Amino acid sequence: MPKVAIVGYGQTKFSKEDLKIEKVLMDSTKNLFDNTSNLSQDDIDAVLVSTNNNSKYLSAILSESTGIQPKIAHSIESLCNSGTNAIVSAYSYISSGLADVVLISGAERYDSPGQVLEWDQLRGEFKHPIFWASIFSKSYKRKFSITDEDLALVSVKNHKQSIKNPNALFQKAITVEDVINSRKLTDDLRLLDCSSPCTGGASILLSSETICKNFTDQPIWISGIGQKTTSASFTKNPAFDEMESTKQAARCAFNMSKRNPEQIDVMEVHDAFSVCEPMAIESLGFANHGKGLEVVKDSFLSENPKINPRGGLIGSGHPLGATGIAQTIEIVQQIQSKADKRQVDKADIGLIHNMSAGATSSTVLILEK
Amino acid sequence: MNFESELKKGNFMITECHNCQKIVWPSSEYCNLCFHETDWRESSGIGKILEFSKKDGVFFCLVELEDSIKVIGQISFDNPKAGDRVNIDECGISNNNMFIKFRISK
Repeated sequence: MPKVAIVGYGQTKFSKEDLKIEKVLMDSTKNLFDNTSNLSQDDIDAVLVSTNNNSKYLSAILSESTGIQPKIAHSIESLCNSGTNAIVSAYSYISSGLADVVLISGAERYDSPGQVLEWDQLRGEFKHPIFWASIFSKSYKRKFSITDEDLALVSVKNHKQSIKNPNALFQKAITVEDVINSRKLTDDLRLLDCSSPCTGGASILLSSETICKNFTDQPIWISGIGQKTTSASFTKNPAFDEMESTKQAARCAFNMSKRNPEQIDVMEVHDAFSVCEPMAIESLGFANHGKGLEVVKDSFLSENPKINPRGGLIGSGHPLGATGIAQTIEIVQQIQSKADKRQVDKADIGLIHNMSAGATSSTVLILEK
Repeated sequence: MNFESELKKGNFMITECHNCQKIVWPSSEYCNLCFHETDWRESSGIGKILEFSKKDGVFFCLVELEDSIKVIGQISFDNPKAGDRVNIDECGISNNNMFIKFRISK
């Protein structure tokens, strides 16, 4: 299969600002153009917009606003993993030969309609994500005798790491006590266990092998892709202490890249809530079932930010359609040794885990030099 | 018939495919395996608690009904435990959402 590289990126700061979605798209796209040498509008064959925003025709609007007349232009929505879905679509356009260069722009507002899946009647009156997160937390804690304090370490670690991410929503260290004393949303979830919806944009440029050197001397290759959607209904998950869609997506991505978990130097995992990080670490194959928090603790105590170096969703904020793209940009920067104060030593191979709707759908990407 | 209109009357209906001998859930006009038309029947309402938590003094729970389908609803008794056998006590539509209240099985 023809190789596909990531050759450029741009971001906005994540905030609670009341900005028009078109402005958020435009700002990170402009930042991408500013960051990418030799890129002109005429180079771009496809413009994909990743968002849950209800506005129509956003890819055509972004194209017109930035002077691009693409062959292919459309939006992609898959709740919280819209961003990596868009990257997979761009990969497909390039590897099939339909496009050589694809611009993806992900954007969301703090009041995104993607936060609640109205369709899912099986959740009854408990449709807000805090309810599935509470079921996951309670189930995980009960099965492995884990405490709220144990889980709080995820939020402490990711808040600490986000201090070094200039685009993060939060830049303040917190303690386990802060998490435990934060507002109790349910018996099994505190406010500081949660990622926060926010306004933010992230754009990324993908290119075919033949012309990637026009834009960067450090192309980063997408060597593995795995995606799995097991259902749309949260309650159809086969288990509530692990992520079945993540397990299947990871298997596929590792197979495609001919890599294994031991070879991954740095990763972004979808910590929508504290419990999601150890569950994802286990379902991706980095720890045995119930042992994910040991990996979190090792990373925290050794001050090696190899898990969610930009602060994850909890520290960075979660602008749904931009999240998967921002996660991917972080891993690109890590592999390029351009992650500044967040840099992980010897980051040659990285992984992105992005999921949606209580782990009913997952995307796993593997990137390398 | 549809799920919502029956739910409004307090009836918890499910769809079954007689061709595949399976419950189709969430309820649907067609089987998601063979696409045959499904048949409606009222659920026994008997299930067990798989997991639960509490918000603002209200217990909410993930319940498996008829050893097959899973829904989230309220618990109308104190000190629930995973594995408790429950029955549907009340169901309907409130604020455009399905609601179910479960009581412990005697």
